[in-house]
Amino acid sequence: MSEVDRNTQGWRSKGYLDAKTVPLPPTARIESGPVAVIECPQEIPCDPCSENCPVGAIELDEINQSPRVDGDRCTGCSVCVETCPGLAIFVVDCSPDEGCRITLPFEFDLPEAGEEVAGLNRKGEEVTPAIVESVKPRDQSTYDTSTVTVRVEEEYIHEVRNIRRYE
Amino acid sequence: MRIEDHPILSFSGAETFTFSFQDREVSARKGETIAAALHNQGVFELSRSGDKERGRGLFCSIGKCSSCLMKVDGVPNVRTCITMAREGMEVEKQDGFPKVPTDVPELYPQPIRELNPDLLVIGGGPAGLEASLTAASAGVDVLIVDENPLLGGQMIKQTHKFFGSGDQEAGKRGKDIGNDLIEKVEDNPLINTMTSTSAVGIFDDRVGVYKNQEEFIKVNPEKTVVATGATEDMIRFPNNDIPGVYGAGGIQTLMNVNGVKPGNRVLMVGAGNVGLIVAYQLLQADVEVEAIVEITPEIGGYFVHAAKVRRHGVPILTNHKVVRVEGKNKVEKAIIGKVNGSGKVVRGSERELDVDVVALAAGLSPSYKLLHHGGCDLEFQPELGGYVPKRDKRMKTSKEDIYVAGDVSGIEEATAAMLEGTIAGADAALEMGKGESREEEVIKDSMEKLNELRAGPYYEDLRAGLTEVEK
Repeated sequence: MSEVDRNTQGWRSKGYLDAKTVPLPPTARIESGPVAVIECPQEIPCDPCSENCPVGAIELDEINQSPRVDGDRCTGCSVCVETCPGLAIFVVDCSPDEGCRITLPFEFDLPEAGEEVAGLNRKGEEVTPAIVESVKPRDQSTYDTSTVTVRVEEEYIHEVRNIRRYE
Repeated sequence: MRIEDHPILSFSGAETFTFSFQDREVSARKGETIAAALHNQGVFELSRSGDKERGRGLFCSIGKCSSCLMKVDGVPNVRTCITMAREGMEVEKQDGFPKVPTDVPELYPQPIRELNPDLLVIGGGPAGLEASLTAASAGVDVLIVDENPLLGGQMIKQTHKFFGSGDQEAGKRGKDIGNDLIEKVEDNPLINTMTSTSAVGIFDDRVGVYKNQEEFIKVNPEKTVVATGATEDMIRFPNNDIPGVYGAGGIQTLMNVNGVKPGNRVLMVGAGNVGLIVAYQLLQADVEVEAIVEITPEIGGYFVHAAKVRRHGVPILTNHKVVRVEGKNKVEKAIIGKVNGSGKVVRGSERELDVDVVALAAGLSPSYKLLHHGGCDLEFQPELGGYVPKRDKRMKTSKEDIYVAGDVSGIEEATAAMLEGTIAGADAALEMGKGESREEEVIKDSMEKLNELRAGPYYEDLRAGLTEVEK
C-alpha cells in the first residue's frame, strides 16, 4: 500500500494506526514463532531497522521507504525492536502450546517479571491485563532501548502496544 | 520540583549551596542555572513588566527571549536561564525597565583584549561543533563562542534516538551524539572554546564577543561560521505572557538538562516534532500531559512520534487551538476550542483544561540577527522558518568571509545541521588555503547525504524553500 493509500486510513490526523490497516504477518506465521510487526507507514529518511537486522529480513529499497518485514527470513530476535528510533516495531508470537506474547519497547519505569500490568491499545486504553514474562533493561540492550515481553490472550496480539504498571 | 527517577537520564545529587533571592536564601545544585534553581524552589515570577505590572517567567531557557531577565549582583538584564547560580550571589526580581548602571566598572573594561583565530564559530550546537571539527582537521585554528554555559546546543537535551541513516549515527540518542561531539572538540588542540560568551556584533572584519558578563573581546577571524540556531515562536492568545507559558524547548532544557519539572499538568500546543517529542519526554519525567492541540487538520510531526504519545493515552486534538490561559500570577487553567476551516473557534466547542503549564511548540524562527548586522543578504522564506541568509551550496553567505550552518540557515533536523556544519567548515578551510582534496571529498559526500535526507515527501516544502535561497 502506498503512503497516499494509507493516508486515507487517517493516521495523519489520529496519530495511531487501526489494527486492520497494519501490515500484519499471516496467522500461520505468528503460530510458527516470533515475528516482527513494523508500524511505520510514513515515508521518512530512516533505516537503522534494516541496517541492523542480523538476517536481512527488513526490506528497504531506499532510506525514505516504509520498511517491510520478510516473514520467511525474520527470526523474531527483537533487535529491530531495540534499534528502531521511533519505537515503532513489535514482535508477536503465538507458538503452539506456549500462548501468545508481545515484545515491545518501553522507556518508562520497568515492571518486574511475573508482574500483572495493564495492556494498552494504540490509543492508550486498557484492553486486557497482561503478565510480564521478561524484561530487558537498557543497559542489557545492544541498542540502548529497554524492552518488555508480555503474555496476552490471542485476541489481543494485534491490539496491545503498550503497558502500564498498576499502582 | 526535581526529577527523582528518570528512565533515560540520571541527575547527580551534586553538592548544594545557597544564594540570596529578594530577602531569602535559595538552595541550588552545582552546575545549574539561576532560573532553574528558582524554578525548583517554586519561584516562577522572575520579573515584572514596566507599564502593565505583569509577571514574567521563564520561556525559552536558552538565552534568546529576555523573559527571564533579573538583577544579579547589582547588574540588571542578566539572562538567568543561561547564567549559572553561584554561591552567595544576590539575585533580585527586576521591576520594569532598568537603568544601565554606571557604577559597575567591570561593564566598561579597558583596554580591550583581541584574539586572532583563523576561524570563529558562533554557536556550539551540532552545526557549529561539526564545522569546527572539520576545519580543525584541515589544520585551521578555531575559536567557538557560545552564550550558553554548556556546549552542544539543543542536542544535549534530546533524550530520544535520532532518525536517519545508520552510517550517520541514527539510532543513537541526540544527547549521546552531542556529548561525543563535545568530547572531540574539547580534545582537539586546534579548537578553543568560550562558553557563557555572547557574540554581540559583526563589525567589518571583526566580531565583538562578551565573555562571562565581564570581559569584552575583539575577535579578528579570517572566516566566521554563524551557527546561532533558532528561537521558539510565540503565538497570540490572552495571557500568553504569564509565568507557566513556556516554549516547549525551554521545558526540555529545564527538564532534561537541569532535572527540574516544569509543573504537574501540561497542555502542549502544536503537534509538530518538537511538540510530540517534548510531550513524550514530559511523560518520562512523570509529568501529566492533558492534551496536545494542533490548529491544522493533520499532525505535522513524524507519525511514529505521535504514536508514542497516543499509546500512553495522550489525546492529539487536531483542528483545535488554545483560546486563552487563565491565572493570577501563574497559569491555572487553559481554554481550548475546535476551529473551523478559517481558523475561528467553533461556538460552544470551548472547554477548560486543568493545567499549570502551557507549552508552545508552534514553530521555530532562525536566529538571523547577527547575520543581518554583519550585512549578509537575507530573504523571507516561510518554508525555512522566516528570515534566512542567502547562500551558496557550500553555505557561504553573500559576504565572502561569513558562512552559515544549522537552523539559522533554515529550520531542519539536527542531522542536516551537522552536515551543513561539515560543509561550511570544509569550505572555509579550503578558502584559507588549508584544505586539500580530502576536504573536497567531504563536501561532496555531505551534499549527497543532505540530498538523501531531504528527498522524501515529508520535505517537499523545505526543498522548495532551499532552492530559493541557494543562489
